[in-house]
Amino acid sequence: MAILDKHKILETNATLLLIFSFLVVTIGGIVQIAPLFWLENTIEEVEGMRPYTPLEMAGREIYIREGCYVCHSQMIRPMRDEVERYGHYSLAAESMYDHPFQWGSKRTGPDLARVGGRYSDDWHVDHMRNPQSVVPESVMPKYGFLEKKKIDGKYIGDLMATNAIVGVPYTEDMIANAQADFMAQADPDSDYDGLLERYGEKVNVRNFDGQPGVSELDAMIAYLQMLGTLVDFSTFTPDASR
Amino acid sequence: MSKKPVQKGNQVETTGHSWDGIEEYNNPLPKWWVWIFYACIVWGIGYSIAYPAWPGIKGATAGVLGFSTRANVQADIDAAAAKLAPINAKLEAAELTEIANDAELSAYAVSAGSAVFKTWCAQCHGSGAAGAKGYPNLLDNDWLWGGDIESIHTTITVGIRQQADADNDYLRQSEMTAFGDLLEAEQIDAVVNYVMSLSGDAQDASKVAEGAVVFEENCASCHMEDGTGDRSQGAPNLTDAIWLYGGDYATISETVVGGRKGAMPAWNERLSEAQIRAVATYVHGLGGGE
Repeated sequence: MAILDKHKILETNATLLLIFSFLVVTIGGIVQIAPLFWLENTIEEVEGMRPYTPLEMAGREIYIREGCYVCHSQMIRPMRDEVERYGHYSLAAESMYDHPFQWGSKRTGPDLARVGGRYSDDWHVDHMRNPQSVVPESVMPKYGFLEKKKIDGKYIGDLMATNAIVGVPYTEDMIANAQADFMAQADPDSDYDGLLERYGEKVNVRNFDGQPGVSELDAMIAYLQMLGTLVDFSTFTPDASR
Repeated sequence: MSKKPVQKGNQVETTGHSWDGIEEYNNPLPKWWVWIFYACIVWGIGYSIAYPAWPGIKGATAGVLGFSTRANVQADIDAAAAKLAPINAKLEAAELTEIANDAELSAYAVSAGSAVFKTWCAQCHGSGAAGAKGYPNLLDNDWLWGGDIESIHTTITVGIRQQADADNDYLRQSEMTAFGDLLEAEQIDAVVNYVMSLSGDAQDASKVAEGAVVFEENCASCHMEDGTGDRSQGAPNLTDAIWLYGGDYATISETVVGGRKGAMPAWNERLSEAQIRAVATYVHGLGGGE
């Protein structure tokens, strides 16, 4: 262990100590940071993923504001019981446009990663107003106030522009038309061709809360009804070593 | 350290450092701790070779054992499916009406159907299947679209009021019209009173006769002249005092004015044919099955 006995040289020479400390930190830094530059390779390519529409994005913001993640996770883990209850296990690609992601680790309520299409819009309205009216065993609080708050999507374009900076592929066209798309998605009588052209034919255009105008509840239900429905699993072949 | 003086009076080495005459013992770490530490390092190296670990440019190393959570879950699902394959095949091949006559098959269908029901159906129909306002009670013998096992099976398969297309044979589509813009307020008031009179007492008995006329002209095509409904159109029986949304004056008015179009997802997108048949058998056996 002769080399270990030489550390007195470093301990007594400030310049050398600085140089070698820097070397140690550099090695540690490379080991921890360098893989992040290739983080993309952990996300497998799948068919169907698209960024959130403006209305869904607003719903997601409300979801975060109300702390839904405190009781609901959004990640189906690769275990048989999870897959049989909730559907196909979650893929990294499904949360690649999430800033921040909503994976969560607490399930007071059920996982919501594939809740889209599982219930009718009416059910969501009833359930938000009074969860116990449809699920008597539920301990979820009431969120009826969401339907009373009308929103106009005035600033949703700014949020999308911010998301674009961190890599969500929102085009200038999408950001410029954000507010129009926002209003169109909750009104099936509107001209929503532009919305479908920008975000795909599968976008749900409905009056989600069944009432005139766009409320926070419209946005929330639009978000919930698309969760987990984007990826086309008929074209998906799992890469085993992930 | 070139010089390691040993303190007088005991045999412990010091580190050889001295600050203002203060020295520091250099007690060795306990041997058991040191060996566990080395063992952990060796284990760590072995683990990172055996299991997926090191990140690279194109992906992480796969590990020599070929461990994969995805392969594991697929193996678990395949194993369970293989175990159930014979009975599921039998269930899929059986005539729906014959399932109840086969003790083994119906025992399986009911218990599998109960699991499917608790996972996918209980949120709306209730864990005991008694329903809620707007979500039908499946325990009674009042059925909107038919209570024989074939009708139940069809309803579960295509859902209620899903987008009409060839996938669902355009079945289970018709909805309660919103009469708010089609009838005058007095006509609605009258017909609500008439509907109430079919199964109980009208709020205002003097309007029942007028309501009967309105009913015959506007409602009888779906609910039938005697108000007993038509299952081919999902039109409920109005004479049995069983209400999906409520039988008081205010709720019936709301129904007439705004219409109703409760929806159920099409379960053929999420459940296998065997699962649908199992849950149909379960629901049919709850008490109201015909």
